[in-house]
Amino acid sequence: MTFFTEENLELAHEIIGRYPKQRSAMIPLLHLAQEQAGWVTEEAMKQIGGLIGTSSAEVLGTCSFYEMFKRHEVGRYVVNICTTMSCALMGAEELLEHAETRLGIKAGSTTSDGLFTLEGAECQAACTEAPCLQVNYRHKYRVTLSDFDHLIDELADPKNEGTPRHGVLAQIRQHIPTERSVGAMHPESVNAPPVWIEEQKEANS
Amino acid sequence: MTERGIPIPHAPGFIANKTPRIVTSRFDYEDSFTIARYEETGGYQGLRTALSRTPEAVHGEVRDASLLGRGGAGFPAGVKWGFCPPGVWPRYLVVNGDESEPGTYKDRLLMELDPHQLIEGCLIACYAIGLSQCFLYVRGEMAVAQERIAQALNEAYEAGYIGKNILGTEFSVDIVLHWGAGAYVVGEETALIESLEGNRGMPRLKPPYFPASIGLYGQPTIVNNVETLSNLPWILSNGFEAFKAIGTETSPGTRMVAVSGHVKRPGVYEIVNGTTTFRDLIYGETMCGGIRNDAALKAFVPGGGSAPWFTADQLDLPFEASQVGPEGSMLGSGAIMVMDETTDIPAAALTLTKFYAHESCGKCVPCREGGTWLEQIMRRIVNGSGTKRDLDLLIEVGETICPGDFPHASNKEKGLSAVPFPYKMTTICFVGPSAFAPVHSALTLFKEEFEAKVAGNSDRNYVEVTISA
Repeated sequence: MTFFTEENLELAHEIIGRYPKQRSAMIPLLHLAQEQAGWVTEEAMKQIGGLIGTSSAEVLGTCSFYEMFKRHEVGRYVVNICTTMSCALMGAEELLEHAETRLGIKAGSTTSDGLFTLEGAECQAACTEAPCLQVNYRHKYRVTLSDFDHLIDELADPKNEGTPRHGVLAQIRQHIPTERSVGAMHPESVNAPPVWIEEQKEANS
Repeated sequence: MTERGIPIPHAPGFIANKTPRIVTSRFDYEDSFTIARYEETGGYQGLRTALSRTPEAVHGEVRDASLLGRGGAGFPAGVKWGFCPPGVWPRYLVVNGDESEPGTYKDRLLMELDPHQLIEGCLIACYAIGLSQCFLYVRGEMAVAQERIAQALNEAYEAGYIGKNILGTEFSVDIVLHWGAGAYVVGEETALIESLEGNRGMPRLKPPYFPASIGLYGQPTIVNNVETLSNLPWILSNGFEAFKAIGTETSPGTRMVAVSGHVKRPGVYEIVNGTTTFRDLIYGETMCGGIRNDAALKAFVPGGGSAPWFTADQLDLPFEASQVGPEGSMLGSGAIMVMDETTDIPAAALTLTKFYAHESCGKCVPCREGGTWLEQIMRRIVNGSGTKRDLDLLIEVGETICPGDFPHASNKEKGLSAVPFPYKMTTICFVGPSAFAPVHSALTLFKEEFEAKVAGNSDRNYVEVTISA
């Protein structure tokens, strides 16, 4: 039942405390689990269910809907090549084919050294910088075939520390200082307007 | 630099122009995302102005500004705010930062380059309509935006702009950063709420049409787009009259528009709303500068992947919903994708259809099945193994998602007159119709390209299946 490290467990409780209903912490906790292990394990889903008061089946139900959650081991670097219209118009297909040849794998699989998982991906909101790709959800813009080779060489270098491994998203966490926090209230425990609102005027406006 | 010492590269793409800049005014600064730069350049003044007035007055200011939502539907924000049923508490704000419509690239820039402006907008909205908590939902695949917003929130809490008794007043609100995990459909506001409640991100059955009546945890909830909220600090600081002085009466202010594809200078531009035309954007010397290699324009998608396509005939239409709608498309999320004369039209349409088929959440059968079939039929046509019957089949399948006439542009050369937007639909949300839109546009405007691909292929033997009781 104990998947989370002590530090992450503390963080998990902090995250749950920010929401009026604890189930809302589901996706943030799945991200935290993926950050810890690189993918979402069954133990993680069990513990998340326990933490937010639901079954591990419910956690699996949510987890399996979202593409970023991997329920099996993936490479240290997940390389997503955008193949939607703007990138396709600018040569994404060629880039993806080149990537498959360079890495020696088909899109959707992982290199045998466990370093790279290659995926054909959908629009990454960098359409003016096509073709683009993401390494662990960090963008690379206007990627030429030689840029790609260079990128792979760089990432494969064991000394490279520029890109955190798969699972790590934002490296700065939100922290709400206790003395400044208003605190989350269960919706059923609130039935009056917030103090700065005068209800009478509100109703008339 | 992040806490762990890794430098974050600046997101490229924005191209400054001589047009007025409301939401991109700080983009030229290297440190645009820091609280120091924000405060130095008039930041948090809009909030101070708001707090010196009554909440109703602030709501009135936004309503009078006629600020249209910048997420895609273009609904007036001030009117949407007014849909909260009186006397029902608590109310929530959910910020839609799940930008993922094909071609759209603006909210990510606003989140990465000016997160404090967005935060200030959230605070103004919460004050005006009595929202007791704000959830800032950022797309999962945007690690840098998440970092920038986390840092900005931490700074703003520290400085007393968020949390208990903001700037010494009785206004108190928490803003919680939340991010998704990869699902386009979550950009639909009721799916966004489902996701925020910890569920599979599937849109809710309508009515109610607006989560302002029943939203997060069944409570009144305002869902606003990042760009919409980013306009609020400027409106409060400068007043609704100054805002309405830019653009037109019905489409005031500016808009961020991303132009991608086969143009000389693809980029994100802040343009004057209502008057700027597609020609200004695509051919303007200070904007995209024309089609690459001075080639001819074949077609363009005017408002994100979901929008029916335009051709050169529509270049002189302005960024004005009341003119683009009757011409058969929509402005959507400010995303223009340009195709030059070398483009293989069926292949280009397939890149969008496969997107929507892939992103169908599976709740509505016409979308789940129809989208998949559209993709498969399109794929075999593009691969050269389609048949003439497949062209009719595309329309047949499309009509199960959108019965009746589907909107399309007029075309002089082909003798087509426009069918106005919107369409009828058999699905809860717009993902299903969006799978059909590119197919329908491509097939209507460029049928000869499809015919060339299926020419010479004999029809398969179809087996008629009769089901008896």
